[in-house]
Amino acid sequence: MSVFTIILIVIVAFLAGMEGILDQWQFHQPLVACTLIGLVSGHFEAGIILGGTLQMMALGWANVGAAVAPDAALASVASAILMVIAMNGGADQGEAISTAIAVAVPLSVAGLFLTMIVRTLAIPVVHIMDGAAARGDFMAIDVWSIIAICMQGVRIAIPAAALCFIPSDAVMSVLNMMPAWLNEGMTIGGGMVAAVGYAMVINMMATNEVWPFFALGFCLAAISQLTLIALGVIGISFALIYLGLKDVAKSGAGAAGSGDPLGDILDDYE
Amino acid sequence: MAENKVTLSKNDRLAVWFRHQYLQGSWNYERMQNGGWCFSMIPAIKKLYTNKEDQIAALKRHMEFYNTHPYVSSPVIGVTLALEEDRANGAPVEDAAIQGVKVGMMGPLAGVGDPVFWFTLRPLLGALGASLAMGGSIMGPILFFVAWNVIRLAFEWYTQEFGYNLGTSITKDLSGGLMGKITEGASILGMFVIGALVERWVSISFAPTVSTVTQSEGAYIDWNAIAETANGGGQGVADAIHSALSQYASLGATGLEVEKVTTLQANLDSLIPGLAAVGVTLLCCWLLKKKVSPIVIIIGMFAVGIVGHLIGLL
Repeated sequence: MSVFTIILIVIVAFLAGMEGILDQWQFHQPLVACTLIGLVSGHFEAGIILGGTLQMMALGWANVGAAVAPDAALASVASAILMVIAMNGGADQGEAISTAIAVAVPLSVAGLFLTMIVRTLAIPVVHIMDGAAARGDFMAIDVWSIIAICMQGVRIAIPAAALCFIPSDAVMSVLNMMPAWLNEGMTIGGGMVAAVGYAMVINMMATNEVWPFFALGFCLAAISQLTLIALGVIGISFALIYLGLKDVAKSGAGAAGSGDPLGDILDDYE
Repeated sequence: MAENKVTLSKNDRLAVWFRHQYLQGSWNYERMQNGGWCFSMIPAIKKLYTNKEDQIAALKRHMEFYNTHPYVSSPVIGVTLALEEDRANGAPVEDAAIQGVKVGMMGPLAGVGDPVFWFTLRPLLGALGASLAMGGSIMGPILFFVAWNVIRLAFEWYTQEFGYNLGTSITKDLSGGLMGKITEGASILGMFVIGALVERWVSISFAPTVSTVTQSEGAYIDWNAIAETANGGGQGVADAIHSALSQYASLGATGLEVEKVTTLQANLDSLIPGLAAVGVTLLCCWLLKKKVSPIVIIIGMFAVGIVGHLIGLL
């Protein structure tokens, strides 16, 4: 890869790393990160396809509360770089994409450790900001906020830069060495990983009252004609209907005329 | 008196909105989003307090613990701006009141933001974009990126303004009315969508073969007969294809081979598709409640995947 390409890749990696914590512009999502790396490295179409495939795997990965999800930033950036190296080394597009996908999930776990390290390193940073606050030093708070964000960017930029210097024969020989059972087993494991993210949210939201909606969603999803948008609309309708009925139930209990003539007469006798 | 009143102009509020995007920048295990929150408040603090001591007090006040979903934090910062403005104009707003509003709003709002943004909107837009991208179309990534950011920026600005205009009256809503309903509605929607996602995207497939039955004649396509027809040259090949396809249409997938293979997965699917996926998800819920770290669970899943594949179960 040329120096220019490597610089562009490192910039994309830096953006992805920042977004991995900020979660605003979504540069860390595979769909965006892999496409950008494909764009700067001249493998545009392969990047888009890899991004789409990884995005499907990463749909349920999200930072909830203080818990950290598998890291989409490192997974998308590093696996896209490996794909580019493999393709430069002569691998065909399909083969390069499928190996990139197999390494993506272990990379996401590695990235998770990196982000935990940086989130710990941020503790002394906020202590410095405490000191700046006590002096009324606005500038220092701004500077240290920016430094903290850059630390998260560097978290992905350094591994990305390091990967760029791996010669393509080395990547190819490791890929060829990787036994099929390991590769296939990892893919099977990767299929289950999404469950962890879902479980975190379920634990956060679940009450006896809302579990039936989980069952409804699960059963309706088996109808493959229903697209996700259709399922979203059904979900919103269920929520509105349920809340509406609950309101009616509440006001009905308090009101005098309950729409039940016999009940009203009986009430009057008491 | 009126001319002494300090108010936050629209530009000040825009500056806060812009900085608020970096809320999670210095996310740390001690006080989480506190640094980013203080960073966001700086334009307002500079405008409202001219006295150095007041500025220091305000900065310290906003370095306290804070953590919520980064988008629904916008109405919280809107309310906080209104409170700080009142305080700067001499109203008796205690530090505890400001901290109380922040802490009181962040919990319920995180319960809205996570299901709505992370588990409904992002999977929807992500799946839509990804399905286009998997065909190699650039429209996939563009659609996802543009739609997401337009929705996000608009949401952050309008809810911040909403919080600012409502001021403290929003906290009354919080304790029952509107806020409670939004939270409940969001958890219903969230549980529904997650139920659907578990079925669609948690994939486990059991490989073992339950039974292999040799099918009776007529229940499968007689490929030898097809081959004979195909030997008849041009028209023969066409006839052979026609005959094979029409038999396939009536017999279904099991008609392709003489032996009908039933896998464990096929048996499970005829009960409820995705039963194993729901089992794994509920197991995760239980493990997480038992304080097992998510990382341990993830690594465990890979181990199960590799071992299960080696022994031929998965």
